[in-house]
Amino acid sequence: MSAMAFADPAFESQAAFRAILRAIASPGAIEPCGRGLKPPSPLSPAAAAAILTLADFETPLWIAPSLAEWGEAAAYLKFHTGAPLAASPRDAAFALLDLERDSLDLKSFAQGAPDYPDRSTTVVAETRSLARRPMMRISGPGVRGMAEIEFGPTPGDFLSQWEANRSTFPLGVDLILAHGAEVAVLPRSVRVTGGE
Amino acid sequence: MSTRAYNFAYLDEQTKRMIRRAILKAIAIPGYQVPFASREMPMPYGWGTGGVQVTASILGPDDVLKVIDQGADDTTNAVSIRAFFVRTAGVRTTTDTSEATIIQTRHRVPETPLSEGQILVYQVPIPEPLRYLEPRETETRTMHALGEYGVMHVKLYEDISRHGHIATTYAYPARVAGRYIMDPSPIPKFDNPKLDDCPALQLFGAGREKRIYAIPPHTRVVPLDFEDHPFERTKFDSACALCGATDSYLDEVVTDDAGGRLFVCSDTDYCEKRQAAKRKDAAE
Repeated sequence: MSAMAFADPAFESQAAFRAILRAIASPGAIEPCGRGLKPPSPLSPAAAAAILTLADFETPLWIAPSLAEWGEAAAYLKFHTGAPLAASPRDAAFALLDLERDSLDLKSFAQGAPDYPDRSTTVVAETRSLARRPMMRISGPGVRGMAEIEFGPTPGDFLSQWEANRSTFPLGVDLILAHGAEVAVLPRSVRVTGGE
Repeated sequence: MSTRAYNFAYLDEQTKRMIRRAILKAIAIPGYQVPFASREMPMPYGWGTGGVQVTASILGPDDVLKVIDQGADDTTNAVSIRAFFVRTAGVRTTTDTSEATIIQTRHRVPETPLSEGQILVYQVPIPEPLRYLEPRETETRTMHALGEYGVMHVKLYEDISRHGHIATTYAYPARVAGRYIMDPSPIPKFDNPKLDDCPALQLFGAGREKRIYAIPPHTRVVPLDFEDHPFERTKFDSACALCGATDSYLDEVVTDDAGGRLFVCSDTDYCEKRQAAKRKDAAE
């Protein structure tokens, strides 16, 4: 039997959505998301809450190999959302991966089309750490002046990958960073540069 | 009928998920109109079905909701939408701009400056700023994709050649974050400067046209203009007859059939607070 998802979906998914909404509207903000949720290992409450809140039968979900191996986590998301599994990252509306065990290749996901830039993948990435520290600086829509973020492990080429992602605006992917019961979001519109 | 007869905030969960996904895309691509599967609502198109669907999808039990129609809390559209959410979601409502967490609006931005964490939801009739210039959706979509907005400048130029100045006074087109041109809904151009670098999140819902778009907080929103004909905010010659405000948007009210008229604030909350403050000063 699959583990419990939201006990009260209308209110818990609304709370999780508002957390993600605040996080994407103010890139760099770290918001509580999925507290009280107990998804099967190795899913974090935040990543599980994001997928449970946003995915359904209309949104193909791609699960990275490291997480797909954990049959229980994949079965949990499939059972509770009804989302079909995407054959490749390019077919996915949502993608779930773990920054520690999977490689991140932003260009491998759906980028959207010039006339429909919304037809892109939203990537949910599990992290080992997430904090407001000046390791990276964020600027752009939603940010007053400059915001800071640190997450780990950061892929070595993350800044150049993100710059490539941002440079194709309005095309590109949006990145939801999950850690424990917290999320931060980097929408495609923001610039991310190296800090200290 | 009790609120239990409905899912919280009327919409079913799958509809909310679909609208929430559209809202997140809209924020990630500021000014781009995201198509969404707009639902039939228990009110006619033109009464704010787009705004209502956006509000229903973001609303939570702890929110405090304010609804305005042309700035006023007490007009038919505002009263009925507020009653709708009281009945289907049981949320607390207010007329106080600063107290509200979500403000749904038709055709105005409140005079009281908005703050971080607030969400302003606009009811939008025609979301496409290019629609009256190019009726084909396939063409306007390509124009947005290419950032080809010359036709909009031609329209503003024709205003100047005919009237000597840019005669567009409402739904004044603006460029968001240096990319998309958007229609700020039929707000008076007086309100356009409030969109720029606004600390609140601004969401736009068009129900009949099935589009959602957004301006994240602290985003550049620049009204289109020309170097020699810069954007000018509407100015009023008179002050509000009730509160004396000279910095607010005024409605003209005809008072008799002998040509009598006066000008009053369109924002009722702003006007009432100023009147109350005046009474307090007079009493002290």
